[in-house]
Amino acid sequence: MNKLMKSAVIGLAAAAIGTGASAEEDPIKVGILHSLSGTMAISETTLKDAMLMLIDEQNKKGGVLGRQLEPVVVDPASDWPLFAEKARELLEVEKVDVVFGNWTSVSRKSVLPVFEELNGILFYPVQYEGEESQRNVFYTGAAPNQQAIPAVDYLMAEEEVERWVLAGTDYVYPRTTNKILEAYLKSKGVAEDDIMINYTPFGHSDWQTIVSDIKTFGSAGKKTAVVSTINGDANVPFYKELGNQGISATDIPVVAFSVGEEELAGLDTAPLVGHLAAWNYFMSVDTEENEEFIEAWQAFIGSEDRVTNDPMEAHYIGFNMWVKTVEKVGTTDVDAVIDGIVGVSVPNLSGGYSAMMPNHHITKPVLVGEIQDDGQFDIVWETSGLVVGDAWSDYLPESAPLISDWRAPMSCGNFNTETGACGGLAN
Amino acid sequence: MARALVISIFLTLGLMGGAIAQSPDQSPDQSPVQSQSLGQLVAKLPDGGYDDRAEIVHQIAATGDPRAIGILEALSEGDIRQLKSDKSVVRVEKGGAGYLLFDPVTGDALGEVKRRGAKKVKVNNGLRREIAAALGAMTLMSANPDRRLSAAQNAFATGNPEQIPALDAALEAETVKEIQIALLDARAASVMQSDLPVTEKIAALDRLAARGDRDALSIIIAAASDPDPVVAEAAASAQADVERVRAMWSNAQNVWYGLSLGSVLMLAAIGLAISFGVMGVINMAHGELVMLGAYATYMVQEVIRTSAPHLFEYSLLFALPIAFCLSGGVGVAIERGVCRWLYGRPLETLLATWGVSLILQQTVRSIFGPTNKEVGNPDWMSGAFEIGQLSITYNRLWIFVFALVVFASLLLILKKTPIGLQMRAVTQNRRMADAMGVKTGWVDAMTFGLGAGIAGLAGVALSQIDNVSPNLGQGYIVDSFMVVVFGGVGNLWGALAGAFTLGVVNKFLEPYAGAVLAKVLVLVFIILFIQRRPRGLFALRGRAVES
Repeated sequence: MNKLMKSAVIGLAAAAIGTGASAEEDPIKVGILHSLSGTMAISETTLKDAMLMLIDEQNKKGGVLGRQLEPVVVDPASDWPLFAEKARELLEVEKVDVVFGNWTSVSRKSVLPVFEELNGILFYPVQYEGEESQRNVFYTGAAPNQQAIPAVDYLMAEEEVERWVLAGTDYVYPRTTNKILEAYLKSKGVAEDDIMINYTPFGHSDWQTIVSDIKTFGSAGKKTAVVSTINGDANVPFYKELGNQGISATDIPVVAFSVGEEELAGLDTAPLVGHLAAWNYFMSVDTEENEEFIEAWQAFIGSEDRVTNDPMEAHYIGFNMWVKTVEKVGTTDVDAVIDGIVGVSVPNLSGGYSAMMPNHHITKPVLVGEIQDDGQFDIVWETSGLVVGDAWSDYLPESAPLISDWRAPMSCGNFNTETGACGGLAN
Repeated sequence: MARALVISIFLTLGLMGGAIAQSPDQSPDQSPVQSQSLGQLVAKLPDGGYDDRAEIVHQIAATGDPRAIGILEALSEGDIRQLKSDKSVVRVEKGGAGYLLFDPVTGDALGEVKRRGAKKVKVNNGLRREIAAALGAMTLMSANPDRRLSAAQNAFATGNPEQIPALDAALEAETVKEIQIALLDARAASVMQSDLPVTEKIAALDRLAARGDRDALSIIIAAASDPDPVVAEAAASAQADVERVRAMWSNAQNVWYGLSLGSVLMLAAIGLAISFGVMGVINMAHGELVMLGAYATYMVQEVIRTSAPHLFEYSLLFALPIAFCLSGGVGVAIERGVCRWLYGRPLETLLATWGVSLILQQTVRSIFGPTNKEVGNPDWMSGAFEIGQLSITYNRLWIFVFALVVFASLLLILKKTPIGLQMRAVTQNRRMADAMGVKTGWVDAMTFGLGAGIAGLAGVALSQIDNVSPNLGQGYIVDSFMVVVFGGVGNLWGALAGAFTLGVVNKFLEPYAGAVLAKVLVLVFIILFIQRRPRGLFALRGRAVES
């Protein structure tokens, strides 16, 4: 055992020396902070690969500012406190210029103080619950008004839904999103009795009772829909149970905010045809940019079967924004990039341009897709223009008066328009 | 919208007799809507939004042309597409370099096109419902009984009062009992929305109350707020009756859900009941052995898919022995490589096997990738059937049966075979067994391997209801220990009773407390129970306990 330990230490030391040697060429270091083991590995490993591909492509184009990019990959192992440690390692030891990473909100909350203290840059690519705007973080995923609310609007208008089941996994993203949705639905005149809220633990696998409850709730004579913020692995048994209990999308449609192409890959989608998902990107988007991206991705990963999804597009946008900003300001200096990035706009994969807003959220189109039997989504609806990410929801009384603007005179993430002071809500 | 549908129904039925035999193109004088040929209507499908498309769907249905059924079905399936090259509308089938093209009306082959060459005519749930309703009206008199049945069920779902004459006509012609019932139900549902006299409505309410399912209940609830007090009163009393019966059934349903959850728990736990219960080894890698079984199923299905797709229905049967051997083999390796050196040191065993579990997880992740693997359900594992109002899904039923079979075989092995005798001998008195010539080391390995192999079998079953991912095992390890500790260490019957008790208790708590709190309450319940009975439900007595 001891010998093993020794050789491991020697190996690590050798590896450290190895990276030290290559640092002499002075590449720009890009940190990748995604879990490669543990429960979130299922989603985050793909994002790590997507980042490696983007960096590889950029290097083939000659890098940034004439320097090559060097990815620094760490594995926070789905362990939230470890995220903070690994972020510190990236910023202090590896001295990376920018970090792309995180998936769950709790991991993001865990690294926020580190990025603030060490003044780093984090690009966060996943749709999240909002109610946050931080100087060092750029949110390239959707805020609730860029995903949840347009999806509910679609169901109200096109499917004439009057009764709502808000089903979610029991943690911060679904709870906050459902709070916003509940307030929004009530503001649209939906009665308290017509909203059912249900939470389940992570990895919940026995959905018999809940699906049967949904069936009962849906038989009150009004059109019913399920708004699902169920996250991760629990989705597969949930959809299987829906299919088995014979709930079809024409009876009770389910619109999901965390189910994309990647999640459907582990599933026989035939019984799910017609159920919905709302995202800012689908692999089935019919544009030249998307076709190129998919081809590049499948060639990079070496498999025709691998799919692309919304957070990958968010990284694509975020990475290109960062590259464009660095080239614009001529340095990778953190403060210069943070000041220079607002207003930068790059092409997204759905045929338009996404711009970085002063609240560090971006503009995106919102798409609603129906699941097809081949595991892809058929886009049935999209917003007519781009939607600006709103950091602070207008439908929650405590955050309605807050705005965020990180440009020079204000430079505040939670400015209270009622009191006229920065720091309106304890964050 | 509804009016257009109704007109279409009348037209369809009116035409059913003779006109349908002729092609509508040759008889343009029948009605104004028919002046547009099917081809022209189909060509207009890609234009406009969903509402415009629904309008065209109704016009297509209104032509009364028998070919309209095929067109609407293809549209609903998403097989109607528009070519990007010349904007013509075609029906597609997968094949060739992308899609094979057919004329939607005549069915003539039109060559093929690349995957991105044809744009789908978009269909959403709302439009799919309209198509189903339109098809329902067209197929009420179909020659195919299955078609007629689904048409009748569709008519029930829409409950449109203006389809009553059509339903009456269909009822007169109908000879199949099952379809007659469906038609009568559909008629009752339609009557409730019509302005027919009160007596008709009361009769319809009786019919719906007798049907007594969720859909009927929702119609009855709607009728309870009817402006006519007689109808409203009858509806209210019908509602009370139906709800009383349903409450009874819902208890039965909860018991079944509980038994089903219990069977899953038992499958996961019973292997542990051997290694932990009989041998006293705390095996934290047990969940990963379950996961290996699930991956074995995945691999078997992959091989079958590529080399012998006709055997897919039996894939699970092939997977069983392979999963048993794979997990069993890994189990023997764990016992020989790790546990053997740590007997009598439970804490070290716990840590070592936990390490093994991480190694197994990461190995699988490295080989198969972190994403979920799709394990298909054979047809006999999909869908549900109803006993009274109890809806039972086939996959849960088969897993329940499978769990009992595994349990029975395990008992048989332990009680009736020489190796079972030796296992019991070694557990009860190792030194005596050793003195009698039993190779205790070998028996230990076999016992552990048996427990691990059964975990593999559980993996095959769980692959049908859960994710096949490297994390599969983690979700079950704690529950499994709970079952074994609660049921009584060292006793297979304890595991059986423990699993089913926990399953049923959990399922009765869940509707009231929610899934999260129900789990917490069950855990509290077990802690209190263990305080009272430290040796679990079925405590072993006698010398074996002391050693």
